[in-house]
Amino acid sequence: MLLVTCPWCGPRDETEFHYGGQAHVPHPADPAALDDRQWAEYVFYRENPKGPFAERWMHATGCRRWFNALRDTASYRILATYRPHEPRPSPQPVETPTAPPSPGDRRAAGSSGGNR
Amino acid sequence: MADLTATGPAALRRSPLAHLTDALRAATVTGPRAVALAEWPCAAMVSLRVDPASPAAGRIAQALGATLPARCGRTASAGSRTTLWLGPDEWLVVAPPGAPAPTAELAAALGEEPGSVVDVSANRTVLELRGPAARQVLEKGCALDLHPRVFGRGQAVSTLVGPVPVVLWRTGVDSYRLLPRSSFADHLARWLMDAMSEYALPEVD
Ligand SMILES: [Zn+2]
Ligand SMILES: [Zn+2]
Repeated sequence: MLLVTCPWCGPRDETEFHYGGQAHVPHPADPAALDDRQWAEYVFYRENPKGPFAERWMHATGCRRWFNALRDTASYRILATYRPHEPRPSPQPVETPTAPPSPGDRRAAGSSGGNR
Repeated sequence: MADLTATGPAALRRSPLAHLTDALRAATVTGPRAVALAEWPCAAMVSLRVDPASPAAGRIAQALGATLPARCGRTASAGSRTTLWLGPDEWLVVAPPGAPAPTAELAAALGEEPGSVVDVSANRTVLELRGPAARQVLEKGCALDLHPRVFGRGQAVSTLVGPVPVVLWRTGVDSYRLLPRSSFADHLARWLMDAMSEYALPEVD
């Protein structure tokens, strides 16, 4: 079970959340000025990166708030969660352990649904 | 019909679990792993939304006699009323069955500022689960850590119990209140009765 850390409620089961697609897609400033292609791109076109991706999530059975998460689409690891008006954190992958962790390090490397 | 309207809507109200009163009583488990379930019918509930940093929030706290809880899990009680944190700008004020919903006084405290005060007494019902085995019953269907060091008396959270979204509120060492939406209450009550049944038997080593 994946744990997602709600910025208000803390870590909860993934089943408590709804996925909302790519984050930081601004509503067009002047929607009437868009032609059909531009409108279609605003409504339907989304990035599909391999690696860190900022996306919207909603804590449906908890505080019912929308927030953003930075998720690595290759590992499914959630690198950060943050409130809607906060800027996207820079993707500092918790990824890429260069060496196997020493026994004393187990908590640091092994835990974490990935967090701020 | 004249008689019915004369007694008013409150007298006509029927709680979502009225049809299960006897079944809930019959599901009571006694013995060392006792657990009992009952409905706390027709409690008064008010949904409150306001910016916690606004002057209105201060006036509302005065009207409630308690500061609005500021974090997930927190509640604030004053007299017979308890305010549960539902979100960063959202609370549920619960008053016991029979008490009037404090809608008017909270609306007056909100005044003209942005926010809302709505009587939602019919939105949810309240199930009370108590007994030494109550936590074990809940742990069958709730992924949160319900150990008292994490989820103590007076804490409340919105989460899932079984497949049902509830507000889960710990009111005592061995007692909990569960607040499902009215239309899910029957399913949750039956789920809980099923989960309780094994505690009537001796524990299997
Ligand atoms: Zn859905
Ligand atoms: Zn939340």
